[in-house]
Amino acid sequence: MDLTYTEEEQDFRARLRAWLAKVLPELPARPSPDDWPGRRAYDLGWQRRLYEAGYAGLHWPVDAGGRGATPTQHLIFLEETERAGAPYVGANFVGLLHAGPTIAAEGTAEQRARWLPPVLRGDEVWCQGFSEPGAGSDLASLRTRAVRDGNDYVITGSKIWTSHAEVADWCELLVRTQPVGADVPKHRGISWLAMRMDAPGVTVRPLRTLAGSAEFAEMFLDEVRVPVADRVGAENDGWRVTMVTLSFERGTAFVGEVVACRRTLGELARAAKANGRWDDPVLRRRLGRLYGEFGALWRLTQWNVSEAGRSAGGVPGIGGSVFKLAYSHARQELYDTAAEVLGAASLSLDEEWVPDRLSSLSYTIAAGTSQIQQNIVAERILGLPKGR
Amino acid sequence: MRAVDFQPTEDQQHLRAGVRGLLAGRYGREALRASVDASAEAGAGVDRALWRELGEAGFFALRLPEAEGGVGLGLPEAVLVFEEAGRALVPGPLVATHLAAGVVPGAAAGTAVVTAFDLDGPLVAHLGDADAVLGAAAVPAGEPVRSVDPLTPLHRVAAVGDVSAYRDAGALLTAALQLGSALRTVELAVRYAGEREQFGQPIGAFQAVKHLCARMLVRAEVARTAVYAAAVTGDPGEVAAAKLLADEAAVLGARDCLQVHGGMGFTWEADVHLHLKRAWVRAEQWRTAAQAEELLAGELLGSAGSAGSAG
Ligand SMILES: Cc1cc2nc3c(=O)[nH]c(=O)nc-3n(C[C@H](O)[C@H](O)[C@H](O)COP(=O)(O)OP(=O)(O)OC[C@H]3O[C@@H](n4cnc5c(N)ncnc54)[C@H](O)[C@@H]3O)c2cc1C
Repeated sequence: MDLTYTEEEQDFRARLRAWLAKVLPELPARPSPDDWPGRRAYDLGWQRRLYEAGYAGLHWPVDAGGRGATPTQHLIFLEETERAGAPYVGANFVGLLHAGPTIAAEGTAEQRARWLPPVLRGDEVWCQGFSEPGAGSDLASLRTRAVRDGNDYVITGSKIWTSHAEVADWCELLVRTQPVGADVPKHRGISWLAMRMDAPGVTVRPLRTLAGSAEFAEMFLDEVRVPVADRVGAENDGWRVTMVTLSFERGTAFVGEVVACRRTLGELARAAKANGRWDDPVLRRRLGRLYGEFGALWRLTQWNVSEAGRSAGGVPGIGGSVFKLAYSHARQELYDTAAEVLGAASLSLDEEWVPDRLSSLSYTIAAGTSQIQQNIVAERILGLPKGR
Repeated sequence: MRAVDFQPTEDQQHLRAGVRGLLAGRYGREALRASVDASAEAGAGVDRALWRELGEAGFFALRLPEAEGGVGLGLPEAVLVFEEAGRALVPGPLVATHLAAGVVPGAAAGTAVVTAFDLDGPLVAHLGDADAVLGAAAVPAGEPVRSVDPLTPLHRVAAVGDVSAYRDAGALLTAALQLGSALRTVELAVRYAGEREQFGQPIGAFQAVKHLCARMLVRAEVARTAVYAAAVTGDPGEVAAAKLLADEAAVLGARDCLQVHGGMGFTWEADVHLHLKRAWVRAEQWRTAAQAEELLAGELLGSAGSAGSAG
């Protein structure tokens, strides 16, 4: 058990810190939340800078265009960028944090060469077309059909809750390549495809979230043609590939946000001190507990990362579900506490933490609901029997 | 390239396995129940022979330098060992005697039983068996009170001494005991849920039961990383967080374990109540939830001036 950084890691941190101090003041002003082209340009501009400075794809394997950094260097990167208030992955969340790593782990050499560099350079954005109106938690019941026609799949169906679909170039798409039947259970017969968002037959209709913005969309697919060569993994083996994707999504995708929460807590303490609510021991203790909890969640991240570092291919384990359950709950508690610090001002959307409070309501739903995570923990980690 | 590896090393894993084996042989379930039965007749007492054996195994001298006859290991090893003791519900003032090694003669070897003023108030645990009390020049007189935990006798004393020098280490090792108990209650609940059948299926197939168990594990795993991290850094804030989270994992873990056991969970015969009662005792020792939260709040406010490093 060790938590001390090596000299190399400390050097890495110092260089990164110096670089951030230089580039962050040069960044343009952040676009407004509804300015989607502006947000895309801003997020990709940041990715481009990272790429040019050698920080893109830090922990990706070298043969996938990455820098082959240790998991710890990646953690340091997330910690320092967040601490300095640098932009987060933003619009290319899917490309950088799960489609990319999935292609790096499961794609062919040609597929890696074709898709990964544009993600790292900040040229192309990906979105995730997994959920469907009839297939949410029960993802494997998805019905979007892909029928083979020569060297193409012809795809018809619809997807929903597709984040950032409007600004994406590519979509990691789950389709059914073999209908469910007596000898084909629903988990079989699924394939993982990369679909161009500008392909004929793709229609995107934005959906407004409870926070008021159009963060996700519905996607209608009407005889869309996707080359068979753009399938990642074997035909009908997409569920296994999906599990790899989801383990990235649940395992390491939230790391930077834990650091951000620690910073928010500091700001809350200062605000509470300034408005006198700090003198309320109930609120003070609530803040103190959260501080301890987020500290422990940061340690849990380090724990999971060193566990993934020991596993083949660096794929995070199902411990990611444990983390996600604890984290999503703590994060909602954080913003409820923020509301207590603000008092009636928490009703104003102009207050800093109020839009974040609204966004945080999705944390126990997106990327697998808390109930589903509890099923996974109970059945796959604890080995409890499946119900009838 | 070497990188930070937070997971236990091979040596540490061996140490833990060794202690688990030792305790399974020397203080398994039958021994535990025998001490519960004995306490009903004669009052709970520390088993001096067991104490000496723990001493011989290095339980108390673990962190004493080799030059002073100790094992020369650190807090990370100590928390792994105490986690095992918590899992087995070994009774007695383990933490206080460990802290007294090198301070009170005989503590390191387990020939002395040492307790401490580790409760917030005039109560002291295991006073009747104690050869010494940390924070007092001599063993004070005390009036016995009826203890909620059959294996932790309590006495009321007139005045308590100062143990602040031992508070962080005491809180951390107590947190490790809580962690072991929390992990054990998850195992007990999962085992029972897989065996007990109702409505024609194991109760563990019911989602309400599954989710109780899943939440038990989440609390225990978060507590585990908090305890291990605090052992590595020794940071007082991390120790407070570890105690807070481990107390909660142990107390709520035992509560949920009781619920999963149904009527059986309410019996004297099931071990669940022993975990719960001990967890209640430990939650009051060294650092309570309120004290831990206040300490953390103070640190938070202090760090809020700077950029708020995540360490
Ligand atoms: C902000 C946001 C962004 C998202 N982005 C994307 C994206 O980019 N791409 C994408 O593909 N998807 C995305 N999603 C979809 C997300 O993955 C699903 O919403 C989620 O998996 C739940 O599915 P559902 O909405 O159909 O709810 P349902 O599955 O209908 O669940 C409804 C309720 O029933 C409960 N429930 C369902 N099944 C069980 C069960 N077996 N046991 C116990 N309880 C159960 C659930 O926990 C929940 O409380 C996003 C969602 C949100 C909120």
